[in-house]
Amino acid sequence: MPEPITIRVKRFNPETDAESYWQDYTFEPPSEDSTLLDCINHIKWFIDGTLTYRMSCRSAICGSCAMRVNGGGQLVCNSQYRDHLDKENTITVEPAGNMPVIKDLVTDATGFWEKIRAVDPYVKTDAAREAEGEHFMSPEDFSMIDDASTCIMCGACYSECTSYEIDKNFLGPAALAKAQRIVHDTRDETQEQRLTQLSEYGGMWDCAHCFACVQACPKPVNPLYRIVDLRNEAHKQGHHDNNGSRHARGFVDIVEESGWLDEAKLPLKSVGSLKEFVTDLLPMGVRMGLKNKFRPNPMHLLPGRHHPPVPKMNEVTKIIEKTRAAAEPKDKE
Amino acid sequence: MAEGTEVQAGEPGKRYAFYPGCVSKGACKELNTSTKLVARHLGIELEELREAACCGAGVTDDVNPEMTDALNARTLALAEQKGLTLLTQCSTCQGVLNKLNKEVQEDEKKRDRLNDILADTGYQYNGTIAVKHLLWVLVDDAEYGLTKLREQIKQPLDGLQVASFYGCYLVRPSDLLGFDHPHRPTSLDELITALGGEPVDYGGKTKCCGFPIQMMNPTNSFGMAGTHLADAKDKGADTMVTPCPLCHLNLDARQPDAETALQELGKGSGRLNMPVLHVPQLVAMALGYDAKQLGMGTHIVSTNAVEVKVAAAAGV
Repeated sequence: MPEPITIRVKRFNPETDAESYWQDYTFEPPSEDSTLLDCINHIKWFIDGTLTYRMSCRSAICGSCAMRVNGGGQLVCNSQYRDHLDKENTITVEPAGNMPVIKDLVTDATGFWEKIRAVDPYVKTDAAREAEGEHFMSPEDFSMIDDASTCIMCGACYSECTSYEIDKNFLGPAALAKAQRIVHDTRDETQEQRLTQLSEYGGMWDCAHCFACVQACPKPVNPLYRIVDLRNEAHKQGHHDNNGSRHARGFVDIVEESGWLDEAKLPLKSVGSLKEFVTDLLPMGVRMGLKNKFRPNPMHLLPGRHHPPVPKMNEVTKIIEKTRAAAEPKDKE
Repeated sequence: MAEGTEVQAGEPGKRYAFYPGCVSKGACKELNTSTKLVARHLGIELEELREAACCGAGVTDDVNPEMTDALNARTLALAEQKGLTLLTQCSTCQGVLNKLNKEVQEDEKKRDRLNDILADTGYQYNGTIAVKHLLWVLVDDAEYGLTKLREQIKQPLDGLQVASFYGCYLVRPSDLLGFDHPHRPTSLDELITALGGEPVDYGGKTKCCGFPIQMMNPTNSFGMAGTHLADAKDKGADTMVTPCPLCHLNLDARQPDAETALQELGKGSGRLNMPVLHVPQLVAMALGYDAKQLGMGTHIVSTNAVEVKVAAAAGV
């Protein structure tokens, strides 16, 4: 028989509880190989029938059982309980984060679905082209949408997304991954409008690159990597008029000049207006200068000038030249 | 390095290929100074990769992923030529280099493609070296380790309440890094305890500092920093410590902006006054170095209260 374990569950019943509270269940798991969901089912079926949660397929297909385990969002059906035990043989289970709790481990995912809908998650082909009949997609083209296509909409990524946490206007990981899946679908004919919208506030450039969604994702979607795919495409298609794009292109320019980052120069390349420079960068520059934290040579900031390059810069240049072609923005008619 | 410091050289230790990173040579020079002081004190030998290029900080791959990977493959090759583990003092450099390292080790096609790009310049990377952050070296007994570090402590940080800020790149994705728990990491808290300090538990320690979206969405960026700083302050922290100079920039240099953002977001008002230290600064204080030697005067938020508390604990 497996050793007894404790599952500590964050519970909440809106009809009777003013606040959520922790409840411990100590028991022998059904078997050594039980999944964490098997253990939660064991509680429900044999210990406490009032425990409420969503589950269905038990095979990481339906996406129902996303919740927080030991502080992070994930499915509970696709891993063994023993992988989650801490030193006290305890596993902590809470409802998914960033969503209102309905009861116990059940959350209201309305916000999640709104974001998915907001990216218009359907391939759009105009009628004339549809009439032409079947569209073929090369294996290379399909490889661009393969990973994002595996999303099961479990919402584990929204539970942990740090940008969504601070600002609910952010489209968020799964919706941006879905957007990438459509943008790179060769049948879709609205790429231009999509990239324009996705480059705005709340879109691809508001992702903080924190890897929380990559950690949480039970599938190979890895939303952050799909967001980077979107940024690559936006760059190639010339969607350059925003701070995100300016920042990334400015960074590459600086590496091309000197091999290493000039932190004084990059913010200057990233802002889109004099106002931003005056209200945001200037106070920081003065603050840092006064503390002697940062004393960039003003001469290095002039166009065409730069700080001293890394030794063997010729090697860096040679390598960059070999990679430049693939990242060139396409000429627009 | 600070002049006139009496550094007690430890027994000769491991040698590392040291990749300082751009920020520690720019806006966080005090980090580089402190790392070098600590390394010299403990007998950790650093062989600097002076000709290595910038890691791209997870930004250059938004425009040119191939360039980013190729330059980082060259950096890994430079360490491989020396046969040394690559050591970073920046979580971001660590994360970017470790991700590529793992990809190159597992994906032969990618390795060949990158080696093709490097061939002209005479480099080749075979995937044989490891990338480690200074923090991991300090806590892992297979590297330097807390066992040896405890013996070196001159001035325990008794009573100092320290909030660890792990951030992102040091703990996620955990299948790639495999060093610490992704949601409940302990390495930095273990270090704080070993130095005599008291770790402060608070909610935001593995969240984003906000730095990467500083230029795109300042309110969100500084709101993130402010939330974590206020959270740590509420839990009684005297100081916050971070293994990443990018986090340091948002948490320290942008702390006045974080205060404003908290107001805008309706999440509180007033001054945060939270000193933020780099990992090697905290270690060096316990080794007996003073704030001046560690460049703390260049921080935007005064570290004076921390210095006073540490001095009081030592009975100075």
